[in-house]
Amino acid sequence: MFQIRIHGRGGQGVVTAAETLSIAAFLENRFAQAFPSFGSERTGAPVVAFCRIDEREIRLREPVLKPDALIIQDPTLLHQVDVFSGLAPDGYILINTTRSFDALGVGEFVRGFHATHLCTVPASELARKHVGRPVPNAALLGGFAAVSGRVSIDAVAEALRQKFSGAIAEGNVTAAREAYEHVRQEIKEASHAKAG
Amino acid sequence: MLKQVEGSRAVAEAIALCRPEVICAYPISPQTHIVEALGEMVKRGVLAPCEFINVESEFAAMSVAIGASAAGARAYTATASQGLLFMAEAVFNASGLGLPVVMTVANRAIGAPINIWNDHTDAMSQRDCGWIQLFAETNQEALDLHIQAFRLGEELSLPVMVCMDGFILTHAYERVDMPTQAQVDAYLPPYTPRQSLDPSEPVSIGAMVGPEAFMEVRYLAHVKQMRALELIPGWAEEFRQAFGRDSGGLLHSYRSEDAELIVVALGSVLGTIKDSVDAMRERGIRIGVLGITCFRPWPHDAVRAALAQAKQVVVLEKSLAVGLGGIVSTNVRTSYTGDARAVRTVIAGLGGRPITRTALESAFTQALEGSLEALSFLDLDRSVVERALAREREVRRSGPIAENILRDLGVVGARIR
Repeated sequence: MFQIRIHGRGGQGVVTAAETLSIAAFLENRFAQAFPSFGSERTGAPVVAFCRIDEREIRLREPVLKPDALIIQDPTLLHQVDVFSGLAPDGYILINTTRSFDALGVGEFVRGFHATHLCTVPASELARKHVGRPVPNAALLGGFAAVSGRVSIDAVAEALRQKFSGAIAEGNVTAAREAYEHVRQEIKEASHAKAG
Repeated sequence: MLKQVEGSRAVAEAIALCRPEVICAYPISPQTHIVEALGEMVKRGVLAPCEFINVESEFAAMSVAIGASAAGARAYTATASQGLLFMAEAVFNASGLGLPVVMTVANRAIGAPINIWNDHTDAMSQRDCGWIQLFAETNQEALDLHIQAFRLGEELSLPVMVCMDGFILTHAYERVDMPTQAQVDAYLPPYTPRQSLDPSEPVSIGAMVGPEAFMEVRYLAHVKQMRALELIPGWAEEFRQAFGRDSGGLLHSYRSEDAELIVVALGSVLGTIKDSVDAMRERGIRIGVLGITCFRPWPHDAVRAALAQAKQVVVLEKSLAVGLGGIVSTNVRTSYTGDARAVRTVIAGLGGRPITRTALESAFTQALEGSLEALSFLDLDRSVVERALAREREVRRSGPIAENILRDLGVVGARIR
């Protein structure tokens, strides 16, 4: 089972991201479960949502306590909420930012992690460019497809089209695809740096 | 057709397939997305003929459902938490009058203190109201149980409450197999009321009944519920043959054939329990599960048979009978033929407290070692409790408990668990 925890703020589409990711996994014939951490539905308040992906039926109903991957929709949460709780050193971290892990002040924490598992993507900027609003969730899902390889970018695109419609859907798909390429490039550079 | 949808959406679509003629709801929290989706379907004309009535309160919602059902319409509503309490008087009336209303209860805690999260206190508060109460383990079972509920209720002329865990199921996206209209039509015939108000053939429903007959009327309500126990397994079997799924029935045993310890529970927590049981079985521990699907009527004989071999029983329940302990476990004890002291109560998940595998396995291990108390509270923070008790000992006017505890804990927003 692969477990994803998404941290963000009310209004950033955190819950929608988890749901969309579960649809993408479902479209690839996997079992998936998505649910929010309930209660903080106010705009701007810290929000957590979860997604599990497996080859067989998922029965577990506890929150994701030991995530395999973290998606951080808002980097201001890094020093406010214990976002890294339970994450193993071989886990994946994807942060919505234009800055580096070091510049965000978490470079020390991720020292032992695989360089190719640590990615950043300017998701809010991509969303502003393609959707017209800085809602970073779709772009981050594109980035997640690239860094984790757990769902294909085509499945993410199809899931976005199921969740949204018309121009919003297409804008989100474009943002997701650009984020996917961005993260793929990042991973390529990280693995080259490692090889060099 | 397989779909990845929210639990509430899945139930709404299943309800629509059951062709309800009247849906009423009070559109405010604690309401579910279920009636929201149904309201939309009625408005778009996808669900027709059906009247969607926005009422002024939950009390009105049940009252309108009663009126509609008495007039011969298939009636549905949904509620939870304080909403269920607010309609309580009418809830008793629906069953007392023998009207087959179907209602979803998206289980939530009851205040005070205010809490919107999941537990079973709402449904348990109405356990003696005369309705059939079914508890769903998954969203698939939730939608399947609603289809069975109309069949069951209309055949017996009894209302049915389908309980599904609020948030944990209602807000969860997971895979469901949505039946076709033809499948549901074949399983659920059009509603033919056993009694209905008809101006051309006037009758009274709901007359005053004095001491000369009240006992008999109530006794017959009990007889009807006992009949339900006989009929429910057959309908579940028929459902299995038509839809290919083992949903519904009275109860479900899991890996319990040779189990020394059987864990009894209701609702979605059964999934987490089964994962715990699988892990413990791998370590050679003989542990199994008994999931109660039908809580009212209480399946006395079936529970007795299911627990016959167990040396120990742990009842894990999401409600607390303050001043007694467990509600489900009190029922289980009446059906357990072994020493009643072997039935232990674990209260868990109140007000949305996550129930984790780690905590469950620790409690089950304690039960096997004989160190689990007769009544215990999973993941209870003792230090918080001690601090509150100390404060009350020291200061007579120590202030409101809930607010004091929140102050002790500091900001709790955005905690993962």
